Amino acid sequence: MINRVVKNAEEAVKDITDNMTLLVGGFGLCGIPENCISALVKKNVKNLTCISNNAGVDDFGLGLLLQTKQIKKMISSYVGENAEFERQMLSGELDVELIPQGTLATRCLAAGYGMPVIYTPAGVGTEVAIGKPVRTFTYNGETKEYLEEKAFEADFAIVKAWKGDTAGNLIFRSTARNFNPMMAMAGKITIAEVEELVEVGQLDPDQIHTPGIYVHRVFQGEKYEKRIEQVTVRKRG
Amino acid sequence: MLDKNGIAKRIAREVKDGMYVNLGIGIPTLVANYIPEGVNVVLQSENGILGMGPFPFEGEEDADLINAGKQTVTLLNGSSVFDSAMSFGMIRSQKVNLTILGAMEVSENGDIANWKIPGKMVKGMGGAMDLVASAKNIIVAMQHVNKAGESKLLAKCELPLTGIKCVKKIVTELAVLDVLPEGGFRLLERAPGVSVEQIKNATAGKLLVEGDIPEMVL
Repeated sequence: MINRVVKNAEEAVKDITDNMTLLVGGFGLCGIPENCISALVKKNVKNLTCISNNAGVDDFGLGLLLQTKQIKKMISSYVGENAEFERQMLSGELDVELIPQGTLATRCLAAGYGMPVIYTPAGVGTEVAIGKPVRTFTYNGETKEYLEEKAFEADFAIVKAWKGDTAGNLIFRSTARNFNPMMAMAGKITIAEVEELVEVGQLDPDQIHTPGIYVHRVFQGEKYEKRIEQVTVRKRG
Repeated sequence: MLDKNGIAKRIAREVKDGMYVNLGIGIPTLVANYIPEGVNVVLQSENGILGMGPFPFEGEEDADLINAGKQTVTLLNGSSVFDSAMSFGMIRSQKVNLTILGAMEVSENGDIANWKIPGKMVKGMGGAMDLVASAKNIIVAMQHVNKAGESKLLAKCELPLTGIKCVKKIVTELAVLDVLPEGGFRLLERAPGVSVEQIKNATAGKLLVEGDIPEMVL
């Protein structure tokens, strides 16, 4: 088996440099690559373009890279809950492109499947459609307009999985899966950090979500805070 | 006139046995509390759940298990989790039968605006544009008028659109209305104690009133 293991987050991100485009997995603070984000803060690379569904909160997730002004552009579907983000966006320091969530996911998928464009009805007739080719298709008896959206082209994808093996095979857990599998498929180079790294042979091939061919570097994260954005509970009884 | 729970209760009657349903944030989330016993529905959360359960008991929260509103939730027996591409795949391919969401404005041809107010901080559309562009059956839960007292049921939306010609039904604190394919809001039901006149006054778009309009059954 090909060994995809790197020592730690610092080694995994060593050749991420200024002006690069990164796909960053996670939904809210769920399933985010905490260790790689910390390593990028430490490395202090600048002018990053980050494609990620959300932008973290002020002091966690991608919010950490916003605080240090390392991100020049965010491509996201929803960016609430972050005051520093709001400040940088309103002052024009940060370029923000808002795109529909399904479009974001499918543009990743297209990259991983080797297809340069997708057609989606999301955003037809809205400002999202401005400047994009529109085509009409009849499908399943329904004639509708579809927007042409491009597959992402990113230098690196940084994802977080629950378990991984030394060959880079990944298993995700619960809703921490979210954008991680399709982003893993979409990076020119994909870095996966995992909660538990095991030897090859210890994961059931039938249970693998992302085959190691998509994962160029894998390491076990030093620690996971796994912060919860909104703890909501019900009373017993 | 209905409160938020009343709107949710009325919408719950539109949810039929065997449906897969996506509930938006706000009033739509409350709909889950009023689905009658014996009506089996599966709730979809677009971050990757089918069969979403209630909030966890205190101490049982799982950071890896949240809903699209980023709240901790639970899974029911028979539920499944999946990635975001598949989640929007089942939305786009109309396997999800019903979408219930909030709105700032709806126009008489079924256009919806619910994601952006120019000049204010824009948070993004999340999955709303995907949902409204694909769902066959979209019910909007909203107040009939905005905080300034202006109608939210318009001839044409003034705010940036989320989707076009997609809303099928609207439930407000005053009324239940259909959006007609040829354009116009058709009044179906009045909220308890609300007159047709009140609804007319609160509706800026074309309103069709045919015959006696019954009061809602909740």
